[in-house]
Amino acid sequence: MTGAGLSGALRAALADQAGDPVAAARSLIGGEQYPEEGEFPVERGYIWTTCSSVENANPLFWDDEAAADLTNGPIAPPTMLSVWFRPHHWAPGRTEAALPLQVHFDLKALLELPEAVMTENTITFYDPVRPGDRLHTHQVLRSVSDEKTTKLGTGRFWVIEVVYHNQEGGLVGVESYTGFGYRRAAS
Amino acid sequence: MSGPAPRLLYDRVAVGDRLPELRYDVTASTVVLGALASRDWRPMHHDKDFAVHRNGTRDIFLNTPNQAAWFERYVTDWTGPHGRLGRVTFSMKGSVFPGDTMVMCGTVEGTEVDEAGCAWVSAAIELAVDGDVKTACAVRVAVPQTTDDNPWARRGDQWRP
Repeated sequence: MTGAGLSGALRAALADQAGDPVAAARSLIGGEQYPEEGEFPVERGYIWTTCSSVENANPLFWDDEAAADLTNGPIAPPTMLSVWFRPHHWAPGRTEAALPLQVHFDLKALLELPEAVMTENTITFYDPVRPGDRLHTHQVLRSVSDEKTTKLGTGRFWVIEVVYHNQEGGLVGVESYTGFGYRRAAS
Repeated sequence: MSGPAPRLLYDRVAVGDRLPELRYDVTASTVVLGALASRDWRPMHHDKDFAVHRNGTRDIFLNTPNQAAWFERYVTDWTGPHGRLGRVTFSMKGSVFPGDTMVMCGTVEGTEVDEAGCAWVSAAIELAVDGDVKTACAVRVAVPQTTDDNPWARRGDQWRP
């Protein structure tokens, strides 16, 4: 393949692997990609809105005395980890929508697999996330499978980790996504 | 230790225990509020026309991050605030739409005290509509062993999720 339309890093990986897209994809395994900082500090408004949306009455999020006793002060619900990294719908100067989990879209482009689904998502929680935290993240490609055929079509599974740290470098969580990029079976 | 007393202690949990069922009637407001609370602006979670004509679904549907929040609420309703999530794994099998009654149920599949002395419960949870599982979730949650134990106090090597 020529690599037209790919980012510079992907074109370089492709050139290094003599134009073999699978080898290029696998050459990215284990590297830290797309380091970024959340666009805003962790804040209680979203914590309360999220708890409200699922009617979560856990006093850790509503009662500062309970939070002081159990968690040494207010924390965010652990499952909100990815919330702190979803880009604003609009921001000054932005001309293209920012894509979360860019490695996933890179693999679709590199392997020329037009469709993709997420089949599994694991989140592991470490230090609690607290209001005021500025979180940082990076993505790591962990694996790219051999070609597989499922009822959706033929393609490859891949596993991508998103690693989250707080402003002090403390690990707060790791998300692991299993994606399947594929071409639909000819009907 | 002051503060709320633990609601669930490790020695009260056994493999095979059932978590209390949670039923919830999903509306368009449930879906839209959940999507915006999780900063998910994608139109299939608020624009029925887009969902039907572009995604081929019958309506807008609950997004995954908000389902995660539902699972967290479901588990900590059972454990109380001392329950500390260590790990969750989701498998998405189908969508949840306005008009659906989602039913969450769970079963304890394992218990263990790790080498750091932290007590863990593993549970399999299902979110179903009309008996069809839409999302399956495996949860590993730490619970206190005694009334003065607090999983949230664990740091570093003492926390092995």
